[in-house]
Amino acid sequence: MAPSLNLFGRTKHLEQQIDSFFDKISESSVVYRLAVRVYLKEGANEEFEERLTRVTNLETEADHLRRSIENQLYTNTLIPDSRGDVLGLIETADQLLTKFEGSLWAFSIEKPDIPEEFRHGYKKLTSMVVKASDELCLGARAFFRSPHDVQAYNHKVQLYEKEADMISTTLKRAIFDSDLELPRKLHLREFVEQIDGVADLAEDIADRLAIYSIKRTV
Amino acid sequence: MDPLVLIFLTSGLFLGWALGANDAANVFGTAVGTKMVKFRTAAIICSVFVILGALISGAGASHTLGKLGAISALPGAFMTALAAAAAVFSMTKSGLPVSTSQAIVGAIIGWNFFSGNPTDSNTLTKILLTWVLCPVLAAIIAVILFKSLKLYSKLFPVHLIRADAYTRIGLIMAGAFGAYSLGANNIANVVGVFIPAKPFPDLVFGTWVFSSTQQLFLMGGLAIAIGVFTYSKGVMMTVGGNLGRLSATAAFIAVMSHSIVLFLFASRGLEAWLAGQGLPTIPLVPVSSSQAVVGAIVGISILQGTSGIRWATLGKIVAGWVATPFAAGIICFIGLFFLQNVFGLVVK
Repeated sequence: MAPSLNLFGRTKHLEQQIDSFFDKISESSVVYRLAVRVYLKEGANEEFEERLTRVTNLETEADHLRRSIENQLYTNTLIPDSRGDVLGLIETADQLLTKFEGSLWAFSIEKPDIPEEFRHGYKKLTSMVVKASDELCLGARAFFRSPHDVQAYNHKVQLYEKEADMISTTLKRAIFDSDLELPRKLHLREFVEQIDGVADLAEDIADRLAIYSIKRTV
Repeated sequence: MDPLVLIFLTSGLFLGWALGANDAANVFGTAVGTKMVKFRTAAIICSVFVILGALISGAGASHTLGKLGAISALPGAFMTALAAAAAVFSMTKSGLPVSTSQAIVGAIIGWNFFSGNPTDSNTLTKILLTWVLCPVLAAIIAVILFKSLKLYSKLFPVHLIRADAYTRIGLIMAGAFGAYSLGANNIANVVGVFIPAKPFPDLVFGTWVFSSTQQLFLMGGLAIAIGVFTYSKGVMMTVGGNLGRLSATAAFIAVMSHSIVLFLFASRGLEAWLAGQGLPTIPLVPVSSSQAVVGAIVGISILQGTSGIRWATLGKIVAGWVATPFAAGIICFIGLFFLQNVFGLVVK
């Protein structure tokens, strides 16, 4: 009985690690949204830096988990049929964390001066990309437990990504229609695109996830 | 014991070795080929359960072969098993799928012709019908299992990683059951022809008697086990590769369907139960393990609607049904002629 007990012990541990990996992404998205809100309200203050540190730590923890999951999948030759798909999903999902972290570092280093009239647009955009990222996490979790449900989450990711695109276009148009200096306009546009990039990445991952889940349900 | 007995038995043991080398792949091929189960684990489980199946449930199918032709002289049994082995070997060499069941039946009929023994047409018809029924039944069982498993996984979703662990355990259990059924059903091919000659004295241990037939089954089982350990790894890898498009779950279903079919055609208990209920019984006949697996895979393919039926493979199976028994029968007839007229041995 020992080998089968060991097999289930190992299985449970790996399931927990995968869940924990997606917890890190969900948590990062919440902290990211709060950090941007703080920045828009009070600039790169101590609270903003704390949140940035939190996202950085989450990214490091997620990296450790990713390596451990990949290692176990390969060394124990688990899920031979879906191993490539799971590794692909985890690696691309990890890039979301990198995006969150990179975006906050840019705020911290470049300290863009965002005029009052555009702040609401940035806030709305951030909220929308975080929603896309959250739905993606739910879809990724569903891929492991009930692949038939993935499509519903993916649909929401696409909706939020489109919405984010519309907000970013409106925001960029407003920025370039304003009387600001061109370098400042370019700087502000850079941040719009950086935030919007989160939703674009979430949509790319959702597209992959759709194929992975079809393969699992066939 | 006469050392000649052992020499005469070698042809059967060689056939057993070939069976182990080839047919273990039907049971554990996909599991080992896809690295879901280690070869060592597969080989140990396969060997133990083949021997258990042969010893516990081997008598049923052997009895049917005995009815087809009771070869009472050891040299005759030797040539019958050798002819079957030679047919299996040459068909394998020419790349045709081959079944030891079909080879041994052809060889027995060859012996019947040579010795002027009438072939029991009822038994022969029963055997021939079973060969057609075997892959068809495997396909039907595979379809039922596949549908049930799909419905179950939709109703009770399991985490991908946990499902993988369940599949591994399922493959090992299905493999053990498959090996047991293979031993029970196919041991008749390996040593069945030697049973009427009673080559060994019964061994008595207190109240327990280890009969000549059981000793033969044990030797045959060991020969199959040696075939598994020494030669089946390559075949398993090839089968795993060939059936690469099958998922691990589909592989589990294929092995399970194969095992159920082989068990149905070997179980005396089931036969007695069906007879007791007044239902028609399932004939206890050695069937082809390879054709059962192919039947199951065709069943799954039809259900998935991906590639449909592989007509070329089916054509080869039908060709095998015809060519293998004929080849074995002819080789047996010629071999017996030489044994009798050149070596002066009694073959009937």
